[in-house]
Amino acid sequence: MPTLLTLTINGEERDVLAPAHKTLLEVLREELNLTGTKHGCELGECGTCTVLVDGDPILSCLALPVECQGREIRTVEGMAEGGRLHPLQQAFAELGAAQCGYCTPGILLTAEALLVNVPTPTREEIKHALAGNLCRCTGYTKILDAVELAALRMRGEAQPPASRARQS
Amino acid sequence: MKKDRFSIVGQSLPKIDAWAKVVGETKFADDMVMSRMANGKLLRSPHAHALIKRIDTTRARALPGVYAVITGHDLPRVKFGILPVSQDEEALCTEKVRMVGDAVAAVAAVDEETAERACRLIEVDYEPLPALMSIQESLAHPEVRIHEYGDGPNVHKNVALQFGDVDAAFARADLVREDVFYFEGNTHLPMEQHAAVAHWAADGKLTLWSSTQTPHYVHRLLAKILDVPAAHVRVVAAPVGGGFGGKLDPFAHEIAACKLAQLTGRPVKIACSREEVFYIHRGRHPVLMWIKTGFTRQGDLTGCHLRTWLDGGAYGSYGVASTFYTGVINPVTYKMPVYKFEGARVFTNKPPCGPKRGHGTPQPRFALECQLDKAAEQLGLDPADMRRRILAEPFTKTANHLTVTTIGLGDCIDKVVDASGWRDKRPRYQAAAADAAAKPLWQSRKRKGIGIACSAYMTGAGTAIYWNSMPHSGVVVRADRSGGVTVLCGATDIGQGSDSILAYLVAEVLGIDPKDVHVHPADTSLTPVDLGSYSSRVTLMCGQAAIQAGERLRAVIFKAVAAKLGVAPAALVARERKVGVPDDWDKALTFAQAVELGEAMHGVLAFPGSYAPPKRAGKYKGGGVGPSPCYSYSACVVELTVDEDTAAIELSDVWIAHDIGRALNPLLVEGQVEGSIYMGIGEALMEEQVFRKHLHKTPSMLDYKSPTTLETPEIHTFLVETDDPEGPFGAKEAGQGPLLPVIPAIANAVYQATGVRLDEVPITPDKILKGLELKRQGKTARIGPDKLPLFTFKQPLAVDSAFGQPADAIAVRPFVDEPKS
Repeated sequence: MPTLLTLTINGEERDVLAPAHKTLLEVLREELNLTGTKHGCELGECGTCTVLVDGDPILSCLALPVECQGREIRTVEGMAEGGRLHPLQQAFAELGAAQCGYCTPGILLTAEALLVNVPTPTREEIKHALAGNLCRCTGYTKILDAVELAALRMRGEAQPPASRARQS
Repeated sequence: MKKDRFSIVGQSLPKIDAWAKVVGETKFADDMVMSRMANGKLLRSPHAHALIKRIDTTRARALPGVYAVITGHDLPRVKFGILPVSQDEEALCTEKVRMVGDAVAAVAAVDEETAERACRLIEVDYEPLPALMSIQESLAHPEVRIHEYGDGPNVHKNVALQFGDVDAAFARADLVREDVFYFEGNTHLPMEQHAAVAHWAADGKLTLWSSTQTPHYVHRLLAKILDVPAAHVRVVAAPVGGGFGGKLDPFAHEIAACKLAQLTGRPVKIACSREEVFYIHRGRHPVLMWIKTGFTRQGDLTGCHLRTWLDGGAYGSYGVASTFYTGVINPVTYKMPVYKFEGARVFTNKPPCGPKRGHGTPQPRFALECQLDKAAEQLGLDPADMRRRILAEPFTKTANHLTVTTIGLGDCIDKVVDASGWRDKRPRYQAAAADAAAKPLWQSRKRKGIGIACSAYMTGAGTAIYWNSMPHSGVVVRADRSGGVTVLCGATDIGQGSDSILAYLVAEVLGIDPKDVHVHPADTSLTPVDLGSYSSRVTLMCGQAAIQAGERLRAVIFKAVAAKLGVAPAALVARERKVGVPDDWDKALTFAQAVELGEAMHGVLAFPGSYAPPKRAGKYKGGGVGPSPCYSYSACVVELTVDEDTAAIELSDVWIAHDIGRALNPLLVEGQVEGSIYMGIGEALMEEQVFRKHLHKTPSMLDYKSPTTLETPEIHTFLVETDDPEGPFGAKEAGQGPLLPVIPAIANAVYQATGVRLDEVPITPDKILKGLELKRQGKTARIGPDKLPLFTFKQPLAVDSAFGQPADAIAVRPFVDEPKS
């Protein structure tokens, strides 16, 4: 039986009629057409479907929307505000941290949660925060670089050059 | 064009599609929604090998919400396969299944849940047959036949080539080594599961949107498989969420979606589950290898003889090419005057293997580079110096008739040796390892090791999958009166940035900004053919076609502007979105004005560019696999620590230097290099596609181990530019080559740290502990295969070695414009 759900997504209240057993991932993608949230396994193993609920990264493929009513759900579509990209989005684009881009939304949100709690993370702390998000393209290096760059910019500090490779 | 004359090339610019990707706007195939769209599901075989006696779909059809149910009998009875020589697949099996996961029926329904329920209502009677789950089993049981074709019972392909007299070469050697290696299979594991949406419109024309790396081959094969005119089939490549070779075949879900769309009159989407993706596979072949090489006292190679046995799985896929690739690329790296290669691909009742990043070459590369390490030790040579000494000569031919052009490997070795501190660390770790062994148990017994390996890889396959004389890549560049330019090309951006490369190159030629260039996604009804995103061919082949198209457009624009300004066209340059004479830049016209003049003079400004590789295939049967316009080279040093008690391996640093020819965008090249290293680490240390009781042992992302951020070492990348005459502005490939040396470099570093030779990947702690135990018992500390299959290769085709011959003075390349005098 479909259930009427009231969800707060990216600051907007949305009413959705969906079967109660549908996951948050399915409701976001299939009922609300918020397809920025991707899926890699639908078993809670890869981190691709990560969204923020009350600021905490959660796996939307394992969450039921009924549990999320009255809580702030944040998806990648909510990261840019007023047409301005979030510093993480900007840094990911500039530094090539998104190759195929499929894992990118989940990683951006996980990193955002980290930077809210730890504005000056070490590389080790970034690695630990992102250890549950798999990426097959980048080898993670540019992702770690981009999170570091975004953290610097969010603190108003200097910007390192984009490319680290040495050419001859 | 000199390096400092470039304005776009060489800049670390963001990809043109990066912005859409970071805001979640990129629409992957499964993100597509169409009105009245149905969801499809495939019913897959639970048996590894069985005859299909009966399929009854009555109950499934009766389920409310089900629109259509099909079996193989609803499709034309035609077998297909990506290679013309291996037409052995059915989208939905009719008589026999050959692996767990073979599709036997498909359902379209109102939603995915209903489709799944309907699948469970389909009754299939199977008569199980004995399943052959390894090379040895398949060869030992010729009475059980997986296929009725091939080069022998359960032998898909048997290759034997000889270039010169290897026995004489071994007789000349001071040291002859024979080693046996095993490389376990592994899979691509793209983050995006395969998905496709088909729409068979009321006008009788079919459109398929699919996460595919090769819309052109899918287009060709769909016409054959569905028995419809190719002119009425359109394939659009959706953005691909990771490919690595795993989306290069036509797949059952694509074909079933098309047929269901036809029968229901609705768009049909089929999105595969993660478990299905593990069974779709087409990944790295498990390969058993025997390699015999002769060395002089100084470390020169006198000759090499390689035998490979590939576990192919249930179907041909790209397997014939894979078989050749396990043999033909090794001679490109070092001076190898005489070479013999024998390979056999064996069918087994497992998901078919195919092309994964490095296609067929990481396995023999692992064997060769580990053997070189052993030989260097025996000869008392430094493994880096030994490799440096025996590098292949630029602009010569190899024993097996491949033409190599520029080689930057010497520089690559120097860079990683210097940067890693190789000369200091190597002897130090050697001494420390001996010391650690003597330490008592209560002290930390961590041992450091450092290892080196090198490699080479093709920049695009020199021949197409089906024989033809047409371009391998086509581009149309169209200028509009706004000053914007549209690039049409059938290349598929799988995340590597090929759309961006097209934009950069066209912007460079026309003197505009990449933002002014719109690159349309691959669409067989709109974009000229590009063969696909495989064999590291896209930057070179599409790039050359884009440059040619851009130059043709520029020539027309220059002619019109020259008439307007009263100067010679040759005096003009295009830069900063302007066209003019450099010494009289104030009079330069904007690019948009220049386009208007050009269009007024010429009519519509749309120009094609075409590329086909130089015709250099060796004149012998099999000579078509291996030739490439040019080869990239990589050198890699790895430093790691092994805990002697737990055998946990911690990779701290990877130094890699890659001969890229020219870095069109250093940021994107680094991204490809880093991604390759990551994937190499996964293959070296943990990834394995293995089976238990006919089932995939780990068909989930938790159980199939792949590296996370925590296993990511510091990666130090060096790009070496050799400005290759074959590449677009000198560029070579970056997406596959850098994976190759990582795996043997890790094995060689583990040996230095522990004294255990791991002649088998993945290198896992349990294997190292076993090796350490052997060492304690005074036995040979080697982990690896010790038996070879009983198998007689066919009589080799004997061809004279072409080693050392100069490259053809002029590379004959079709479709090149005559230089104007």
